[in-house]
Amino acid sequence: MHSDPAEVKKSVRAYISVFVALMVFTVITVAASRFHFAVPIAIAIALVIAALKGSMVAGVFMHLSHEKRAIYGALLLTILFFIVLMFVPLLTNLDQIGVPR
Amino acid sequence: MEIPYTISTRPDTGLWNAKVGIWLFLASEVMLFGALFSTYIILRTGSVEWPHGELNVPLGAINTVLLISSSVTMVMAWASLKMNEWGKHRLYLALTFALAAIFLVNKYFEYKEHLVEGQGPWHDSFFGIYYTLTGLHGLHILGGMIVMAYFLGPGARLWKKNPDQFANRIEITGLYWHFVDLVWIFLFPVLYLL
Repeated sequence: MHSDPAEVKKSVRAYISVFVALMVFTVITVAASRFHFAVPIAIAIALVIAALKGSMVAGVFMHLSHEKRAIYGALLLTILFFIVLMFVPLLTNLDQIGVPR
Repeated sequence: MEIPYTISTRPDTGLWNAKVGIWLFLASEVMLFGALFSTYIILRTGSVEWPHGELNVPLGAINTVLLISSSVTMVMAWASLKMNEWGKHRLYLALTFALAAIFLVNKYFEYKEHLVEGQGPWHDSFFGIYYTLTGLHGLHILGGMIVMAYFLGPGARLWKKNPDQFANRIEITGLYWHFVDLVWIFLFPVLYLL
């Protein structure tokens, strides 16, 4: 975390650049949806762009690009459990208990 | 009794306590929204057909721009404090508050448009999860606005007494606000475009 005013001043430039990038990616997301790609491709494009935007917000605005190890540790665990949560739907689809063969 | 480590860092974590606190809170928020995203996947993969083009994309895109802009003004509100520019801090924080308010007004009109047509949460699975996700997100916007209003009002007094602690409070408010923005970055394509 920067606390030196000169360092903060430098970060302000990064904030503006990220703002511009986020706006451009928003336009690309909306424009891509107009092309009516096949659903799996549309989902992949939208989620990749959202992930890019999200990582910019987390890395620069939330200062995660230079945070302490304790926070990285907590977030690593969060990501792990988040992935498990995203796989729950798959588990329910694979569950064949009670389904006649 | 004085609360320890509001400015100085704890030797074991290398962080001031509120920073650890807000990140642990945000971790729990990831799981909360994660559970609802997971629900969305179950509902969508389990349905025979899923509606497309039900939502107002231009309004959703405008709300995305509003929230991204509010994230920038929020981080600038913190940066201004670090550069000792109190007036700019007030301006940026007030702008963040105003952008959040416009977001909610847009959401109100969007909800109204659907409710008039009978498209409430009871209409189908899509509208059920749409209102749940955006409603919870909207409540987070409202919560953030209440905190910002406090720092624009009575909470601002701390700046004179303890500027470092005040800057830290604005920083954790910002971390929360950027998270709310981050959630919307995923909600917008998932609900409006796909």
